[in-house]
Amino acid sequence: MSDIIHFHRVSKRYPGGNDALSEVSFTLGSGEMAFLTGHSGAGKSTLLKLTALIERPTRGQVVINGQNTAKVKRWGVPKFRRQIGMIFQNFSLLYDRTVFDNVALPLVIRGEDDKTIARRVRAALDTVGLLKKEKQHPIVLSGGEQQRVGIARAIVTKPPLILADEPTGNLDPALSAEIMDLFQRFNDVGVSLLIATHDIPLIERMPHRVINLAGGRLADPADLPKAEPA
Amino acid sequence: MGKYLQRHLQTALFSLGKLYRRPVATVLTATVIGITLALPAGLHLMMQNVNSVGYSWEGTLKASLFLNKSVDEAAGQALARRLQSEDGVANAQYISRAQALEEFKALSGFGQALDLLNDNPLPAVIVVQPRTTQTPEQIDSMMRKLSAIPEVEQAKLDQQWLDRLFAILSIVQRGVLIIALLLAVAVVLTVGNTIRLDIENRRDEIVIMKLVGASDAFVRRPFLYTGFWYGLLGAFVAFVFVTAAVILLAGPAAKLSGLYQSSFVLQGLGFSQTLLLFAVGVGLGWFGAFWTVARHLGSVVPR
Ligand SMILES: Nc1ncnc2c1ncn2[C@@H]1O[C@H](COP(=O)(O)OP(=O)(O)OP(=O)(O)O)[C@@H](O)[C@H]1O
Ligand SMILES: [Mg+2]
Repeated sequence: MSDIIHFHRVSKRYPGGNDALSEVSFTLGSGEMAFLTGHSGAGKSTLLKLTALIERPTRGQVVINGQNTAKVKRWGVPKFRRQIGMIFQNFSLLYDRTVFDNVALPLVIRGEDDKTIARRVRAALDTVGLLKKEKQHPIVLSGGEQQRVGIARAIVTKPPLILADEPTGNLDPALSAEIMDLFQRFNDVGVSLLIATHDIPLIERMPHRVINLAGGRLADPADLPKAEPA
Repeated sequence: MGKYLQRHLQTALFSLGKLYRRPVATVLTATVIGITLALPAGLHLMMQNVNSVGYSWEGTLKASLFLNKSVDEAAGQALARRLQSEDGVANAQYISRAQALEEFKALSGFGQALDLLNDNPLPAVIVVQPRTTQTPEQIDSMMRKLSAIPEVEQAKLDQQWLDRLFAILSIVQRGVLIIALLLAVAVVLTVGNTIRLDIENRRDEIVIMKLVGASDAFVRRPFLYTGFWYGLLGAFVAFVFVTAAVILLAGPAAKLSGLYQSSFVLQGLGFSQTLLLFAVGVGLGWFGAFWTVARHLGSVVPR
């Protein structure tokens, strides 16, 4: 199978009766980069959570990298998640540790040795242009720099799939564009990416597929809300 | 394997570092655990000392063998010599009827009154000192043998108070055991509660670790080491408290045993007991952490 993400008629109902997703079917090809858009509450985060097994679908099938997630048991989730790099709007960094230690975390979890960790962390920090900040704490960095630390952490293990939930939501347009260029570079070397975002002007200038959600269902990308003049 | 040990060492030091960065909270918690451990350790030590007081006073134990009046002085002396060579006997001394009367006159103050008696009412006595190395049971069986000697009319061991002491001690010992169990639960709860707060405070951190693929074992490990350190520090505090108490009590105890011509010396925690204290502290700390982590870590999941 050459799809990295495969959703087949997936529905998600949260406890309390909220239908966040209804009958969603789509695929993301291996090596493909796509954007996930939709109004607030459309179900973008829910779709990403189902992909990373942070939530389980109520109905339907989610197959990631050839693996049916319904067959992944609770204790198998950590191993499953290690094939996915995740990036968040709020950066989700550990503020009591240095930039180096933050980026090293996924490798430490995998039990890599110190030499491998140092080499790969520096490579990841170099990619995002933060090699000189490795000894600093995230709190002293700007928003854009913090997000790049988060990105370095997501790519340090060279995962085949990267999920990003509004990675530029807290950044100004210039920084947002930088981050998107970074993603484009990962995609250029074959990494699959699914990026949820509100930022229509930002994605319109990029030649990638747009998956549009409305009220928990797939909608025609042509219905994209037009970019509002700033 | 070396890599695995290195990771554990790193986690242990990381947990210790976390404690070191909150010195006041750490010292307070360690002190609470220390006091909780010091109580049963101190009680146990006290019991052991009282026990050894009992045994050391056993050295001053004497059995009095009252002889038949028909046994004359020569036969009595001979019997005393024979008993002297018996196994469980440290010393056997013959006291003739006349000597007994003299002693009694001097001690009782009835001197003149006794002169009025025609006949000496006192029997000859052999005073036997049992060897101190014997158990109460061995002394018992020796006493039965002594009273079975035909020349002996009655054998009396002045040990009732000792029997009572040992009986009371065995009850108190059980009480100490119960208190120790309750306090062990207290240590587990103390560590557990501290770690529960720690988990609450580090909720975000735990969620992030799980998001980047940390296994439960990985997330759990630093908390288990935190429990380990609390146990170790608590045991150390307990050791200091108990040792300080022993030092403070050693002087008065020496004075007291001097008054009773006893060879008793107040004993502190020995090497194996100190080791046990630390093992129990670490074990309870680890268990308290494990139990709490098992209950609370599962509920900390990414949303
Ligand atoms: N844990 C939850 N429990 C109950 N309902 C939830 C939960 N998470 C999300 N929902 C609901 O599911 C729907 C979809 O939410 P989701 O977060 O996926 O939307 P979104 O597209 O990411 O929105 P936004 O752009 O605001 O981030 C919403 O109606 C939301 O209220
Ligand atoms: Mg969202």
